[in-house]
Amino acid sequence: MEYLNLFVKSIFIDNMIFALFLGMCSYLAVSKTVKTAVGLGAAVTFVLLVTLPVNYLLNETVLKPGYFGEGIDLSYLSFIVFIAVIAAIVQIVEMVVEKFFPALYGSLGIFLPLIAVNCAILGGSLFMQQKEFENIGYAAVYALGSGIGWLFAIACIAAIREKLSYSHIPAPLKGLGITFIATGLMAIAFLSFSGIQL
Amino acid sequence: MAEKKPGVFTGPLWTNNPVVVQVLGICSALAVTTQMKPALVMGISLTCVLAFANVIISLLRNTIPNRIRIIVQLVVVAALVIIVNQILKAYAFEVSKQLSVYVGLIITNCILMGRLEAFALGNKPWPALLDGLGNGLGYAIILFVVATFREFFGSGTLFGFDVIARFVNEAGYDGYQNCGFFVMPSAALILLGCIIWYLRAKNPDLQDK
Repeated sequence: MEYLNLFVKSIFIDNMIFALFLGMCSYLAVSKTVKTAVGLGAAVTFVLLVTLPVNYLLNETVLKPGYFGEGIDLSYLSFIVFIAVIAAIVQIVEMVVEKFFPALYGSLGIFLPLIAVNCAILGGSLFMQQKEFENIGYAAVYALGSGIGWLFAIACIAAIREKLSYSHIPAPLKGLGITFIATGLMAIAFLSFSGIQL
Repeated sequence: MAEKKPGVFTGPLWTNNPVVVQVLGICSALAVTTQMKPALVMGISLTCVLAFANVIISLLRNTIPNRIRIIVQLVVVAALVIIVNQILKAYAFEVSKQLSVYVGLIITNCILMGRLEAFALGNKPWPALLDGLGNGLGYAIILFVVATFREFFGSGTLFGFDVIARFVNEAGYDGYQNCGFFVMPSAALILLGCIIWYLRAKNPDLQDK
């Protein structure tokens, strides 16, 4: 039950886009068509799901104060450790996708390496560190929930943008401006989920 | 228009602003702007990190192998961010608590990677320093504008100093309500959308076709 609660909470209430603004850059850049948006969302979910448990383990062992002996506190190194793990895993994912899913690789193109510097991934790890989960299961569930929340958000905005391209929008508002305002309205809608307890 | 081609330093401040024109570094620009103080600290932190990272990468630009440049950039930036985070924890603990993870997220701020890739790797250290300062301050300006609106309308204060309620009370009225909407995340998105709208209306070159 705790797991389910955390899962639902990380999708709807602590949504990465609408509540925490994580990964906005790729969210804005890759949301022109639903297909690529879903592909990127799936990639982000997958990378989150792999990196968060790894970073959780590192945070609980190597980075814990006193792990290497009395008085040695390496917790200030957490940023550099997390980003190194993420960069390495993204590199592996990129190679796997290039080898086995060339079509997806073609459509994601430049954005796959950019997952390494997607704030959603590092942000997931940092929030995981801040939330101090009891065991690795919570970290994995949190990763899955956050990833699905992100996927959900980018798929929605891509669908809206596909429709918007047929509507008459004032020229200065076209593209970026209307996307921001649409995202803001979606964020208001997501507020209605706040307070859900399972 | 006074000048046709904006300079390395002044360009990013407005006409080529990293946030609203280049669309980089939106994440933290929205999250830390509920109040002005954290927004200001965040702007200064990012400017420092960006300026130093630009100079370091620019000095190393001929020795970094092309294939591993992203990792090198990430390590340089992460080291700088760790320093900034330790300084904030030591001298501005309250603000560092409010900023929470967003200081760490400077590492993955797209402005950093964007400027390092696009500018520092191909230019000498001095222009790189100017570029870093210009882009950092351009980011800080947008943060400051959004934070001013959100704090003034959302909490009725500026830098934590009570503005509206004091004014209303002295005039003998009571029952003033702050607009809670401005504190919510969605307000930041809509405000930024409006800033972009204004900027593009002023400068038609930036409009989407």
